[in-house]
Amino acid sequence: MQKRVVFRNRWLPYLLVAPQIAVTLIFFIWPAYQALETSFFVEDVFGFSRNFVWFENFTRLFADKGYLRSFWTTLVFGLSVTFLSMSMALALAVAANRVLKAATAYRTFLIWPYAVAPALAGVLWYFMMNPSLGILAYMLEGTFGVDWNHYVNGNQALLLVIIAAAWKQISYNFLFFLAGLQSIPKSLIEAAAIDGASPTRRFWTIVFPLLSPTTFFLLVVNLVYAFFDTFAIIHATTNGGPADATSILVYKVYSTGFVGQDYGSSAAQSVILMVLVIAMTVVQFRFIERKVQY
Amino acid sequence: MVENRPLAAILTHVVLIAGIVFLCFPVWVALVASTHPGEALQRSPIPMWFGDQGFANYSQLLREGVPAAGGVPLSTMMLNSLFMALGITVGKIAISLISAFAIVYFRFPFRMLFFWLIFATLMLPVEVRILPTYDVVASLGMLNSYPGLIIPLIASATATFLFRQFFMTIPDELVEAARIDRAGPLRFFWDILLPLSRTNIAALFIILFIYGWNQYLWPFLITTDQDLYTVVMGIQRMVNVGEGVPIWNYTMGTAILAMIPPVLVVLVMQRLFVKGLVESEK
Repeated sequence: MQKRVVFRNRWLPYLLVAPQIAVTLIFFIWPAYQALETSFFVEDVFGFSRNFVWFENFTRLFADKGYLRSFWTTLVFGLSVTFLSMSMALALAVAANRVLKAATAYRTFLIWPYAVAPALAGVLWYFMMNPSLGILAYMLEGTFGVDWNHYVNGNQALLLVIIAAAWKQISYNFLFFLAGLQSIPKSLIEAAAIDGASPTRRFWTIVFPLLSPTTFFLLVVNLVYAFFDTFAIIHATTNGGPADATSILVYKVYSTGFVGQDYGSSAAQSVILMVLVIAMTVVQFRFIERKVQY
Repeated sequence: MVENRPLAAILTHVVLIAGIVFLCFPVWVALVASTHPGEALQRSPIPMWFGDQGFANYSQLLREGVPAAGGVPLSTMMLNSLFMALGITVGKIAISLISAFAIVYFRFPFRMLFFWLIFATLMLPVEVRILPTYDVVASLGMLNSYPGLIIPLIASATATFLFRQFFMTIPDELVEAARIDRAGPLRFFWDILLPLSRTNIAALFIILFIYGWNQYLWPFLITTDQDLYTVVMGIQRMVNVGEGVPIWNYTMGTAILAMIPPVLVVLVMQRLFVKGLVESEK
């Protein structure tokens, strides 16, 4: 945690941490506290007075069908994005790990989407799936007779944002899986091969279990990404619609607070989300501590 | 490769090529669409090969922007994005370096409290505290300003941890030597720690630049002045044009322009990027 040999100075260390601590207190801790406080009040329509209502904002939220539905949407969205992007990335990483020739070229073509902003990923897929002129919507119609219209069909809209969010995340997962695969000792795999284990069997009995620290780490990171960083994808494309079909929890905080101006409810939603992130961060860090001994 | 299986070798390449096609196809479609006149993109199927309007479209975008979406020139938006990205990157690196230095190389009361405060920023993404943070920035008079775009985002637990981790690996003998030579803490920081941290700073720079450039929600909340729009956020105004239909050739051109700088950074500095990504996440 700290050096054995340190410098001695009464005020310098405080000066050095001051900028970071100032930003943290003003723009992180204080707003978070404000959200916590506001979540216990109900404000009148004109914003003149507010009443302390204990947990009414929370009980109202959990009685609200729309909010519960948003929980469900978030869960479906998060799990689908995580599963899709991780499984595709794993397949690609396993393949890239086998290739000897042109490995760098392949890697180059696979990692660049990391740099594409979620909002742009959303817009790209929004265009390709556009019901009247999107090229994929056209192909779906022509080949499978699917009538694609995410403007009216909620499930299709959800599928659209899931694909866009997963597409953007593949590169990230790919790089971590590749690093994980490269750290597995070759001798283990060779030994299994000598014992006559087929490649499939070697993968499921040796490679996949040894990858589990990476897999678990990515699982948490991807869920956090899907729950929080995908706001831009939804805001830039479907706007939570149609009929709230793509309104995930972070989008709901925004729409309740900024569009609907219901501050108490928005703050209560913020608090619920904070609890969620804190729980996920704790899981992530506890796991990392275990990985150090691994 | 352990054994020779031609079928598996072929399958490997098929998987990789399929993956690349899946990743590149959306950008291909966007690139092609951005080179056509607006009329070509009004009915299905849209062309899959380049048109001849590429130059005209891009110069219109860069010089005048899209009139239906406010007509802010993309050159202005991209410059704003650049300022914001660089400001966030430099700010995060600077304040993280010095706070990691303080936490590792000094013993002082409340040291652990400060450490946990910085750690707490990881758990409070902007998305979950939108309204109160907006209020704070508004009451500080920082709406519609570069400081407002940059400063609230420059606290960084990740960068601080990365530097702390790295400082811990630097041998204590260096500090002892510096002290024998009567170098003070600042001299040690400047002449020894900074040069040693160069690679880490460079790797982190790439990751943070991408993070800064791709900000969406924050600029969207605090800029109402068109002259301060960033490009990643600005595209949303072209997609959601209310009654009208988005002008797709311009929208796709904007998407392409908005992704060029960060993608270029990743491709050109690939090795550093991979190092920065894998290490900053530990």
